[in-house]
Amino acid sequence: MSARSLRGRAAIVGVGGAGWGEAPGRSAIELLAEASLAAIADAGLRLEDIDGLCAATSTHAFPTLSVAEYLGIHPVFFDGTNIGGASFEMHLLQAALALDAGVCNAVLICYGSNQRSAGGRLVSLSEPQWHETPFRPRHPITAYALAAQRHMYEFGTTREMLADIAVAARQWANLNPDAFARGPLTREDVLSARMVSDPLTSRDCCLVTDGGAACVVVRADRAKDLHRKPVYVLGVGGAHSHRSITQMADLTRTAAVESGARAFAMAGLGCADVDLVMLYDAFTITTLLFLEDLGFCPKGEGGRFVQDGAIAPGGKLAVNTNGGGLSCVHPGMYGLFLILEAVTQLRGEAGARQLSKCDVALCHGNGGTLSSQVTTLLGSEATL
Amino acid sequence: MRPKATLGPGPEAQYRAFLRDGRFMIQRSASTGRYVFYPRVAAPGSGADDLEWVEASGLGHIYSITVNRARTGSYNIALVELDEGPRLMTRIEGVETAPIGTRVRARIVEIEGEPAVVFDIVSEEGRT
Repeated sequence: MSARSLRGRAAIVGVGGAGWGEAPGRSAIELLAEASLAAIADAGLRLEDIDGLCAATSTHAFPTLSVAEYLGIHPVFFDGTNIGGASFEMHLLQAALALDAGVCNAVLICYGSNQRSAGGRLVSLSEPQWHETPFRPRHPITAYALAAQRHMYEFGTTREMLADIAVAARQWANLNPDAFARGPLTREDVLSARMVSDPLTSRDCCLVTDGGAACVVVRADRAKDLHRKPVYVLGVGGAHSHRSITQMADLTRTAAVESGARAFAMAGLGCADVDLVMLYDAFTITTLLFLEDLGFCPKGEGGRFVQDGAIAPGGKLAVNTNGGGLSCVHPGMYGLFLILEAVTQLRGEAGARQLSKCDVALCHGNGGTLSSQVTTLLGSEATL
Repeated sequence: MRPKATLGPGPEAQYRAFLRDGRFMIQRSASTGRYVFYPRVAAPGSGADDLEWVEASGLGHIYSITVNRARTGSYNIALVELDEGPRLMTRIEGVETAPIGTRVRARIVEIEGEPAVVFDIVSEEGRT
């Protein structure tokens, strides 16, 4: 038996979202619950059908306990793995394993945050690192700025190249009525925005929004009997590299190299097979690093790869078609939103931004300070 | 089984005590010769419990650096790679920022009542 045996054994059959952007007066668990109920309804299931639960938030120490109580369900399988924004891609692997083993039959993966309305600041359960604290790092941006500086130093990447990533994300957002940040954005706008942490300006940083998200996963054989077009889990691979940015061996090479290779191996696919690339863009630099580390361009070439609209609508590679964390939605832990956009595209329901061909989507989650990396390959029925 | 007896303060507390005495100490694994920072009970990777304290040379170079632009004032945050190999978070004193590769030397200062290691620039000579 190999990891390959999991390919296509589980499918996402329902997705839901709530309160993307601003949801004043609503709590994190309210947004999570509304998204969850929407996902269950989308799947054509009832709440009592849910017997598996995966959850992570920035505000709940025991998220599966909080969610199960709030919804009034009694799951037989639960997993509250929290590795930051990549948690939900890992939940997809846990769900696929539990379903395949017959431990449970329908897994809800869910998230909610009201960080924008609750104060407009990134909320984090993350504990400070004692050897970093005296120097007042402002994580996560400090760590990502350090990675960007190093990439510029080693490979000649420029601020203009990073800016083009933000511009491409905005152009996709302008095709998405659910994106929070819409309207014109030029390279010059990004460069002249307020410098937050050299070399990243406020426009190199993701949004701070509210939002809930959820999906429902079942075994592939059961998925065929439900009324929505199933989206199959073809491959998942995860990797850890560090907790503190001081311990990251090379700030220009993330563990996405390993997670991507594992996910592609399980799926039996390569970069050339991917129609849609959903990359965790907490900052412009992350899009660039993951394009390189997942193999879409050689190491060091990310900056030149993204120039001049290459990943914008009509470009050579469709990246972050919802507008990304940079322009669509980013309530603090963004990983599940990658999956929701992939499902929307694979179902052919993405409206003005719909890709003409979309059978394979890659979702790459990132957590902490480039610390956890989880890559997922999702596919339409044609990929089975 | 019975639990291992732990004698006295652990590596983190020992490191802080050395700093209070004006000494910047890092660990080295006797079996591999590899240096370790931040201080731990065993060498990462091998798990060898043969870490010994050695005086750091205090010399290194800037591996990466950013300037945090806050309304209350800007300050730099750097990763310095020691000549012995490990990296640590610190700040470069006396400048707003400095190029990656710049050679630096450690100095112990007090930050909010606790000793901490910061770095001064020793030459403009670049190095990767």
